[in-house]
Amino acid sequence: MAESGNPLPQAASEAYYLRFRDDVPADEPAVSLDSFFEQPNAVSVRIEAGDDPERLIPHLSRVTLVEVDFPKFRDGRGFSTARILREAGYTGEIKATGDVLVDLVYFMRRCGFDSFAPDVAIDPAVLEDALSRYPYVYQHAADDAVPIWQLRHPELANG
Amino acid sequence: MYKYDHYDQAMVDARVADFRDQTRRRIAGQMTDDQFKPLRLKNGLYLQLHAYMLRIAIPYGTLDSRQLRKLAHIARTYDRGYGHFTTRQNLQFHWIKLEQAPDILAELAEVEMHCIQTSGESIRNISADHYAGAAADEIMDPRPWAEMLRQMTSFHPEFSYLPRKFKICVIAAEEDRAAMRWHDFGLRIVKNEAGEVGFEVYPGGGMGRTPFIAYKSADFVPQHQIFSYLQAVLRVWNRHARRDNIHKQRMKILVHELGEEEFTRQVEEAFEHILRLGTDFPQAEYDRIAAYFEPPAFETGLRDEIDRSDPDFAVWLDQNVAAHKAPGYAIANISLKPIRGIGGDITAEQMEVVADLAERYSFDELRVAHTQNLVLPHVRKQDLYAVWQALRGAGLADANLDLVTDIIACPGLDYCSLANARSIPVAQKIAERFADPARQHDLGELKIKISGCINACGHHHAGHIGILGVDRKGTENYQLLLGGSGDEHTTQAKITGPGFDEDGIVDAVERAVEHYRTIRESGERFIDTYRRVGMDGFKEAIYG
Repeated sequence: MAESGNPLPQAASEAYYLRFRDDVPADEPAVSLDSFFEQPNAVSVRIEAGDDPERLIPHLSRVTLVEVDFPKFRDGRGFSTARILREAGYTGEIKATGDVLVDLVYFMRRCGFDSFAPDVAIDPAVLEDALSRYPYVYQHAADDAVPIWQLRHPELANG
Repeated sequence: MYKYDHYDQAMVDARVADFRDQTRRRIAGQMTDDQFKPLRLKNGLYLQLHAYMLRIAIPYGTLDSRQLRKLAHIARTYDRGYGHFTTRQNLQFHWIKLEQAPDILAELAEVEMHCIQTSGESIRNISADHYAGAAADEIMDPRPWAEMLRQMTSFHPEFSYLPRKFKICVIAAEEDRAAMRWHDFGLRIVKNEAGEVGFEVYPGGGMGRTPFIAYKSADFVPQHQIFSYLQAVLRVWNRHARRDNIHKQRMKILVHELGEEEFTRQVEEAFEHILRLGTDFPQAEYDRIAAYFEPPAFETGLRDEIDRSDPDFAVWLDQNVAAHKAPGYAIANISLKPIRGIGGDITAEQMEVVADLAERYSFDELRVAHTQNLVLPHVRKQDLYAVWQALRGAGLADANLDLVTDIIACPGLDYCSLANARSIPVAQKIAERFADPARQHDLGELKIKISGCINACGHHHAGHIGILGVDRKGTENYQLLLGGSGDEHTTQAKITGPGFDEDGIVDAVERAVEHYRTIRESGERFIDTYRRVGMDGFKEAIYG
């Protein structure tokens, strides 16, 4: 996965678009999951909250962008969607769209989201605080953060 | 008991800073109340009828004296001098100011406490048998596993916006003292024929407006795979639960709609996948945590005889003291159900008395039971009289554990914005009706549970006698239920018939109780008699 340490707000369109990747963003609009299967050349796909992301797994090799929509910030289905795609080995962009609030971004990053195009722009100062607040994590996720239990047992790292 | 290392402390401290920032943004108007609500709820802060309520996590109901003294300090400094122990082994303060909540969290962090995930749509504080580590019948102490799961489910990124709340309970004995099967995810620690430790898993329970008793989805999940299994359950639910109606989003509803077999199948499929990701913790980490729960240094050679010459003490001894696994020791229960009090309430001064007793007589440990009472888990039998005297001096020596006046009641319309009816005055009237100690003792174990609305925080579905307050054309009305239980033979109470007004429900309870007294066979508790004869005779006695 192409990663960069600092968020790079980019003007892919006029809308707010926060991106944590160094590669060139896809310039093709994402199509619905059903349309994606009908269009063999499509590389950008949009997953709505009720869609089954596992349908996409056999086709991930041609995908460069997956948009995952959050119709309401309380609807957490998209967190599992991102985990499932990363666990299937997908390394392309996963973009969170919709009702994405600043306090969600930290958890979304851990689930494998690496770009954000929310309905309402995020205050960069508040985001920086939110992303740097927690010094450790308690469990593995889609990022490379090392869980606390592993830090407690460095002797296990090599064996 | 468990002690934080610098990692745990850093996480709790970070949460304090996080919440301080979120509160500041809310007060500054940078967030709407709608946006702030789920954030404060993830931190145990509810807006109730009169003020904010702050719910403090007491993991698996275990506290030490330093922590209880801190709670007393908070009660005095930030609240009205008292707190309220809940049915999930937590403590609530009901008169909190929003702007002071971050300071309270900072005070709690000083004694390794927090409010993380004590409300909202999150994985809640994990409950356990309140006799853990002391009970004669447990196969091991369940709390190391509860602590393990506490850590692994704290700030879990995938499950940070679940469809609804999610409650976990861990027990390790045949007898269920924690209402395990009324949780979203119940675990019973078992050993297989090879002597290996694992878990029986019971998903899909819950009370609320649509009660379900959890079913058994697995007979034996090996111990070091339980976090994978839990994640599989959560993922299936998080992906497939309804999101269009908050009253139909608990996991029990999905289990019911898919059917137990299909839900189990989907969980097993996800489990197989998640196991391969290697997210479970290793034996070394279990060992590290379990070391904190090693039994205290029990003395040997203690006498088991207790001087019963004080008759008041003897009554308390027979009712409130339970068998301990170590010779010469006992488990002493502290009733928070005085006849004219509010169940679960405790003053700052009483907290300090209990803290002193825990420190002096119980290896500095105490427990909160889901019945809203406290427990001194490891008391030398020879110290019980001194403990009882101190409790009596503090108004904490009611000898009514599990009796008709040991009532669970939710805060009801006196505090709660969801309630349809008051619960506390009904509990008080019933307690007064049955206050005579001889009568209580004669009636024996009888669990009355009262909820002020269908959300069932007062556990009426699990009451031997349950009472549900409803709003009927603008007046408070109370339905009577019989036959519920949270024990190892978990059952759901059934409604007897038309409801009653506040005085009528007290009379109806008395008629049900008197009917039991008339027809009981030798040694039968109320619930035994009900199970033997069923509803009909009771109905006739109640409605005439």
